[in-house]
Formats: sequence, structure tokens, C-alpha cells
Amino acid sequence: MSAKTLYDKLWDAHLVREEEDGTALIYIDRQLLHEVTSPQAFEGLRMTGRKPWRIDTNLATPDHNVPTTDLTGGVASIKDPVSRIQVETLGMNAREFGITEFAMGDIRQGIVHVVGPEEGATLPGMTVVCGDSHTATHGALGALAHGIGTSEVEHVLATQCLIQKKMKNMLIRVNGQLQKGVTPKDVVLAIIGKIGTAGGNGHAIEFGGQVFRDMSIEGRLTVCNMAIEAGARVGLVAVDERTVEYVQGRPYSPKGDDWDKAVVAWVDLTSDEGAHFDKVIELDGSLIEPQVSWGTSPEMVVDINGFVPDPAKEPDVVKADGIQRALDYMGLKANTPMKEVPAEYVFIGSCTNSRIEDFRAAAHVLKGRKVADSVELALAVPGSGLVKQQAEAEGLDKIFIEAGFEWRNPGCSMCLAMNADKLPAGKHCASTSNRNFEGRQGAGGRTHLVSPEMAAAAAVAGHFVDVRDYL
Amino acid sequence: MDKIVKMTALVAPMDRANVDTDAIIPKQFLKSIKRTGFGPNLFDEWRYEDVGQPDSDNSHRPLRKEFVLNQPRYQGAKILLARENFGCGSSREHAPWALKDYGFDVVIAPSFADIFFNNCFKNGIMPLVLDESIVDGLFQDVFAQVGYELTVDLESQKIIKPNGEKIPFEIDAFRRHCLLNGLDDIGLTLAHQDDIKAYEAKHKQEAPWLFA
Repeated sequence: MSAKTLYDKLWDAHLVREEEDGTALIYIDRQLLHEVTSPQAFEGLRMTGRKPWRIDTNLATPDHNVPTTDLTGGVASIKDPVSRIQVETLGMNAREFGITEFAMGDIRQGIVHVVGPEEGATLPGMTVVCGDSHTATHGALGALAHGIGTSEVEHVLATQCLIQKKMKNMLIRVNGQLQKGVTPKDVVLAIIGKIGTAGGNGHAIEFGGQVFRDMSIEGRLTVCNMAIEAGARVGLVAVDERTVEYVQGRPYSPKGDDWDKAVVAWVDLTSDEGAHFDKVIELDGSLIEPQVSWGTSPEMVVDINGFVPDPAKEPDVVKADGIQRALDYMGLKANTPMKEVPAEYVFIGSCTNSRIEDFRAAAHVLKGRKVADSVELALAVPGSGLVKQQAEAEGLDKIFIEAGFEWRNPGCSMCLAMNADKLPAGKHCASTSNRNFEGRQGAGGRTHLVSPEMAAAAAVAGHFVDVRDYL
Repeated sequence: MDKIVKMTALVAPMDRANVDTDAIIPKQFLKSIKRTGFGPNLFDEWRYEDVGQPDSDNSHRPLRKEFVLNQPRYQGAKILLARENFGCGSSREHAPWALKDYGFDVVIAPSFADIFFNNCFKNGIMPLVLDESIVDGLFQDVFAQVGYELTVDLESQKIIKPNGEKIPFEIDAFRRHCLLNGLDDIGLTLAHQDDIKAYEAKHKQEAPWLFA
């Protein structure tokens, strides 16, 4: 047997059949559903009279449209009628087809990519899909997780399979140890800055090296979450003791004999010595600095002590044009120090950074400090009801509130502003989310991607700062 | 799904790299529970002066005249010429739905984001990958000539320029077959349900905890 990568192993273990041209059917163990990309899929099933193949593999929760303010009215508390219909439609579809839903008001409701791992509903060795590009998140557990479109959501519901062609293998190895104040978010932003938003197109990325071995599972979830921002549908980290320890005892995790069998099987979920990768990228972890994005694509990122780039220094015409367009949109001048860029809004949340460790880290910076007067709104939005509950049990909510943050209810919130949490036009936002595209957080809004620690420090200063001066 | 075999149509140029799905169809329009009606909001933030809402009457909204799709010479275009990494970002199938609803059947670019690329095929849009130098040449042609049309022939896998020059393109045999015949993926997969059941039985033995 030749040496295999982790991706090869997961692929082979789920291969149902393969055509001559490489088009394959792979079996799906878990589908997560949310309200935005599922209604047309359920409608498709109804129109063709098809039934879900294995109902118990599906798990639904609303997240994109959910308000983060008062939830006491349940779905009725959504003021926007179009949003409300979408959330209601998810509930109706779940009931009609017999799918488990963590609905609004359920403590387990939250962002799908926070809920899956938290519940043990996504496990090592599984294939996981969701109609959401950030499904790559679950690869942090050694699962093969794909973001898919709505037609594919319907296809998985009806057949339990996904039509796929095998991707290429890419290894991103980050060696050494991170400096104090440098987080998983900085690591993944630095990677995207290096390989670009199309660098991983057509590849499954495995994150390897000492930095990821030393990283917590929540940190790995943050890194894999943004694999898609490097163009890769799939991000992976090999299973180790940390993975097994994280998964154990969660509501959907295997129990008893099943647990023992699973743990034995999961030991093999690593790339073999000598396995072939089509592309290998190496970074020295000790050289990574806290990152902040300046432009309108996640690859437009610099060290906090860096400067806004100058299009005049870019030889490639299409790229120089892209830089100029981004500067115009962001209202920034070339060569401005990043530390002089204001943070008028601050958002700590999203499927990238809304887990308990993120709030602990931000609270550590905020404790005993106040949000600057120039900051118009600072939001802390936990990724699930259980994260919120845990944070409150630790008293973190009080630290945020005393500092001047609003402590909200779980959901996607201002990451993409499908609910009422919108970044106004022209305002700069220190955001722990994943995309700084034009209009992403609100039409005309100006997003700067950072870690939770960096967002907290920016909130205190009113502009971007090096968090290491605040630790 | 409609069959696509051969078509000749006007080309519109989208001359910027990394066009993301948030730009193709902004988030406020994802609240619909239908697959149709997204065309008027394709590239909404670039196309209109104001911020559109799902219930806006788009026919009365102020247009950004300089935006490519608002220029009279590109009205009726069915082929979109684009730059690298077109369709990056979110998995929203609303992006190809919006392109299709607007009237685009073909998108030509040096590269596409993976999920968007897949989503196109499910909706009868052909995403065609050509070398960057060829795409550059097509951009020059489109800018130089009002009413510039291309013929796309899926059967022979060739794009034919107005001067008769032929540009071959690659496409997966399976996807080509589905587009040519307007086939439904789910129906095709369910034809293999015995294979799926056999796999499932084996998988259950090997990983019983996934069936608990």
C-alpha cells in the first residue's frame, strides 16, 4: 500500500463509486442545514416527490437571519418579514421531513459551524456537508467537510451522496512556536496573505507542523474555517489526543463500545509518512505578527506594524487596479500606517471567532479597560446559546459590558448582516469575521479582519493597535 | 434543466479579478425562498446608486451609468467575460441563479472558485476556463468592437470568434453530458441506489457509531 494523505484516506473510506473520468459519488455522514440555503432544496424534494435518504444524518439550526437582541418572542421577534419567513420555513421543513432542529429559543441554537463540533454532531472521520462555504471548519476534527450549493443540499438529502471529483492535496506546514499575542486567526490570515485567495483552488489543504500540533481544537476550527478564503473547499488537521479529548462526552459523540471502536479507528486519521502532496507551503510560525486586513479581499492583509500598500509599487496591472479599487472603497491612502486607521465599530463573533476561547481572550484584553469614546458600537456575539451560557458562567459577559460592549444573543450577526446588525456605509470595523468583501458587513461598510484580541485592543484604542502592547 | 448545445451571443466584460459572490448577489436578496427572480439584483451594489432591498421596485432605481451591464452596448449579453478567481467567497447558489435569471448562459474566465464552478453546472451555466493570455485577447476584442459576439459549441468543445478562429476548451465528460442532455443529477445518482445501499451496509459495519 502506498502512503496516503489524510484527505486520500477520508476520500477512499467514503467512495461509493467512481466513473472513468474521475467523477465520483461519495457518501455523506452528516448534513448541517440552515435557513438561507435550504428552502429551495426542500422545495425541490416536494416537487419531485422525493424523500430524504437518511433523516437522522441531518441537523438544522437557524443562524444567518436570527436577531441578536431580544429573543423572548421566538421567531415572532424577527421584525423583518422576509427574514422571518425564511426562519419559519426552516422550522416547517424540519417538522415536515422529521429533521432535528435547534430552533430559536433552544439553548443549543447557534451558528451551524459552532453547533456541529460543540454537540459532537461532527466527528473525526466523518464526511460533513452544509450549504455554506465555511463548512471547511469541521475539518479541524479530521473530518472531510465540504461547503456545497443548494442543488447539492437537495442531492445529499435525496441520495446521501455528493457528486465530486477528487481534489489535489496541499500541505501548509507552519513550524516553530507562535509569539505571545499571535493567534490562530493571525496564522490563517498570514497564510492567505502568502498564497492568495485563489492559492488553494482545487485543493484540500492539510494544516500541519508544530504550530497546529500545539494549537487547541478551537484554534484549529478557526484556521480550517478560513481555508475557503484561501480558495480551498476543504481544510484539515490530523487527529491527535487533543481531538479525541475534545470530542469525548459530547451529546452526539459515540458512547460505550462504540466510543472504544471509534477511538481505535480515529488513530489512523493522519497523513502517512512519505505521502505525496501536490503543493507544499512552509511558514515559520515564530515570524508571524498580529495581522490586520486593509482591503476588500482576505489576501489584502498586512502586519499590524505595516502600512497600507501603494498601487504604484505593484508591477501587475490587474493587481494594481485591484489595490486602487480597494483603497477607494476603504477610504484609505497608500502608505498610511495601519495603526492610524480608526476602528469606529467592533464586532467579535462569527463562525470564525465566536467560541469560548475567543471570548476569554478578548475579555483578557478588556478587563479593567474601557471602549474608546470614538467607537460607535462594539458588539460581542457568542456563536451558540451554550457558548453564551458558558461565558456568562465565567463572568465574561460582565467584563464586556463594563468595558462598553453590547453582549448579544447567538447568530451570524454582523459577519454578513442578514439580520439587523449592519455596519453603516463609510465606517471602519475591527471584525473577527472572515470576509472583508465590499458590502459584506453592510452596504458601504469597511471591514478589517483581525483576531478577537486585536479587536478588543482596537476597541480600547479607537484605532488599530498591536495587541502585544495590551497584554 | 434546459439543454445547452450551441449558442451565439453578445459578450459583456467584467474586468476585475476576484469577483466574489457577495458582489454577484448581496446578502439581503438571499432571504428569498425561491430560485428565480434574482436577475434584477445581479451585481446590485455596482449596478445601482442606492441600496436595494428585496421589495424594491428595481425598474425605478437610479442606475450607475458607468457600470458595464448598464451600458447600452452590452444589453442582451448572454456571455460574461471575467478575470481570475471569479465567484470566490460564499457557497450561495443564488449567485448562479442571479446570473442565469439575468440572462447569462456562459461565463469565461482564467479561473473560477471551486464551489461557484460546481454550482454553475447545476443550473445550466457553462463556466469555461481559458488561458489568461486568451482571456486577455478576448477582453481587447470586446472593448474594441461594439456588438462583439462569440459562438460557444459544447458539442465540439470550441469557442468560435467572429473571424472564424476557434478556441478549444476543456470540460469534464460527465458535466458535458449533463449539460448537453439537460440531465438531473439526483435522478442519475438514484440510478445507482444499489451501490449506495451496498456501501452503506459496509460502512455501518466499519463505523457503527455513525449509525447509532
